[in-house]
Amino acid sequence: MIFINKTTNPGWTQGYRNPDTCKALSDHIHHISRKKVTVMEVCGTHTVAMFRHGIRSLLPSCVGLLSGPGCPVCVTPTGDIDALAAVSGNKDVIVATFGDLMRVPGSTGSFQDRRAEGSDIRVVHSAMDAVTLAMDHPRKQVVFAAVGFETTAPTVAAAIIEAERLNVTNFFVYSAHKLTPPAVAAVMGQGAATVDGLILPGHVCAMTGADYFRDVVQGSGRPAVVTGFDPVDLLRGLAALIEALESEQTGLYNAYERAVSAGGNRSAMALMNRVFTVCDSRWRGLGVIAASGLALAEPYSRFDAAREFGLSPLDVPDPPGCACGDILTGAIRPPDCPLFGRACTPSHPVGPCMVSGEGTCAAYYHYGEGLG
Amino acid sequence: MKEEKMNGEHRPSNTEHPTSNAGGDESDALKKKDRVILMDHGGGGQRSDLLIRERILPLIGNPLLNRLGDGAVFDIDQTRLAFSTDAYVVDPIFFPGGSIGRLAVCGTVNDLSMCGARPLYLSSSLIIEEGFSLDDLERILDDMDRAANEAGVRIVTGDTKVVPRGAADRIFITTSGIGVVDGIPFTEKTVEPGDRIIVSGTLADHGMAILSARKALGVTTSIVSDTAPLNHLTAAMLESGADIKFLRDPTRGGLASVLHEMSRDAGVAVRLHESAIPMKPEVSALCRLLGFDPLYVANEGKLVAVVAEKDADNLLRTMNHHDLGRDAAIIGEVINPGPAAVSLRTAIGGDRIIPWLSGEQLPRIC
Repeated sequence: MIFINKTTNPGWTQGYRNPDTCKALSDHIHHISRKKVTVMEVCGTHTVAMFRHGIRSLLPSCVGLLSGPGCPVCVTPTGDIDALAAVSGNKDVIVATFGDLMRVPGSTGSFQDRRAEGSDIRVVHSAMDAVTLAMDHPRKQVVFAAVGFETTAPTVAAAIIEAERLNVTNFFVYSAHKLTPPAVAAVMGQGAATVDGLILPGHVCAMTGADYFRDVVQGSGRPAVVTGFDPVDLLRGLAALIEALESEQTGLYNAYERAVSAGGNRSAMALMNRVFTVCDSRWRGLGVIAASGLALAEPYSRFDAAREFGLSPLDVPDPPGCACGDILTGAIRPPDCPLFGRACTPSHPVGPCMVSGEGTCAAYYHYGEGLG
Repeated sequence: MKEEKMNGEHRPSNTEHPTSNAGGDESDALKKKDRVILMDHGGGGQRSDLLIRERILPLIGNPLLNRLGDGAVFDIDQTRLAFSTDAYVVDPIFFPGGSIGRLAVCGTVNDLSMCGARPLYLSSSLIIEEGFSLDDLERILDDMDRAANEAGVRIVTGDTKVVPRGAADRIFITTSGIGVVDGIPFTEKTVEPGDRIIVSGTLADHGMAILSARKALGVTTSIVSDTAPLNHLTAAMLESGADIKFLRDPTRGGLASVLHEMSRDAGVAVRLHESAIPMKPEVSALCRLLGFDPLYVANEGKLVAVVAEKDADNLLRTMNHHDLGRDAAIIGEVINPGPAAVSLRTAIGGDRIIPWLSGEQLPRIC
């Protein structure tokens, strides 16, 4: 439970939004920038925060920003949506999902379409809500569509442990969880030779700790910075990264010390590692990446919706013309996709990057990048 | 699907990005693809807009309805009347700062007020689910009575229907209202570059109060809805003689959607200053926690006015003297049309576009 009231002092965040500090940081970045560099923000929340605070307008023109594969909805392949849609056709099943997934198009429509056709699909705010839903509907089987990275997986693990403690037998999890470092490694290995430096996901790092990314960053041969989402965080992170690039340094920098430690939230990670086991996983646009997903560990397999309902996601090709895969890897920008803003818009998305509020295409569309 | 129940309004509040060339394709897509009503059709986004323009107006449209304002304004003999209706399905039905009853009266009073009218009479029709608590019904009716007294309007006709359990969610209320317009309707005025944008108080209080009142979110706050009748405030504003050119209550879709509609209809652009926009710290904190942009969150006791530059300071003083306008502020200005219909100078001195969102905002996953 979180408490917010009039006395909740926003002062600790106001410092991170201080206009004078931001001006000084922006001046500093202008002062040190010489080279043309392209920086990829891995996380969709960073993409949106950059737009929302007008950070792009404060950067020198030689600094380019590119969005990466860090939106959990966007990287969930059609096969997973189809598998969940199939199980939603069972009249004894309630599918519980985060709201973002409602509009993601599967091969035969979205969850929203399924629901209008009579499937019982409910939007929940947490995995624990889905456990409560199962307890409230003992004659139904509740399948939670578990999508997300290392930030979300520990909360789902906690819900599963709670369901076990309460002996809830009608709660199941369809785990489409993904791990971020293998995707970062894959992106840096694929077409993204144009990426000079990385901004690592601050929320994920708060859970995992910054060291979690050390090997991947080393392997990439490029500098990377962990940072937060307030304007001062974003500008400090960019300044650290540009400094490293200008002085040809590599390595991992942490500009989000107030939230991210080297080791992270050990109890959350322990929960995740107890309930889930690492597996290969299919990413939209990236294909199958070894050891990049989470499946339920054997002691918790009775909660596994895939096993209970015999679901095995098919390898469904991405819709024709959809360039979400290339966009997720930074190979092209959304306006370069022929469908962008024409056949593919937020109310009729073709690919998932247009669906989620934190999807790269939706962010570009909403903030007017690349449109007349 | 209680999560998605909302204060439904029978008017389009959003379409998507105005510079997008997607309109034709989208409307074809609606005709081809949508065979049934989806939640998005009621979400205030482009699907709602297309439903109204492509399906409803062709069947029941006429010049007054086609204008799709907060209400219709027309003359009968020598009297200029405003007429408006709204259905209320808010969940939860009781929330900090109000209830579905208070909302049902204030919402329609405010729609009439935004037409520049003096609201006079309201109707009230109740659809009640079998099994609904009579105590709750009395509380709701008490709230309606109190709100009507506050606004100085009377509920003079009504209807009550009971439906079997499951055929409605507890209680739905529809109110209609009529009022008299004394001055020149805003539709005949021209918004032009240099005009100032004023909001009457802090933004996003209602939407965030409703969200935090939903137990599922697991957040306890002191945020209170701003639900209030604005007719006394608008009366004072009109009496001030200021050259007010546009008045709207930023309900579903928030301030951003209202400004997009205004700039589209008037063929102008709007520039806002983030640091001038009034916000309560606790509302701002919850918005940040959930990843919500307060510019899109619903208000139920606030208005946005566009006023001639020369009258802006005077109008602001008038508003500041009124209880419901104490925190009123000039937050931006009308500018010549440019690449962005609505833009914002951020608190840290950056510039960004305020997009026209396609639907409801949802709490983020991570």
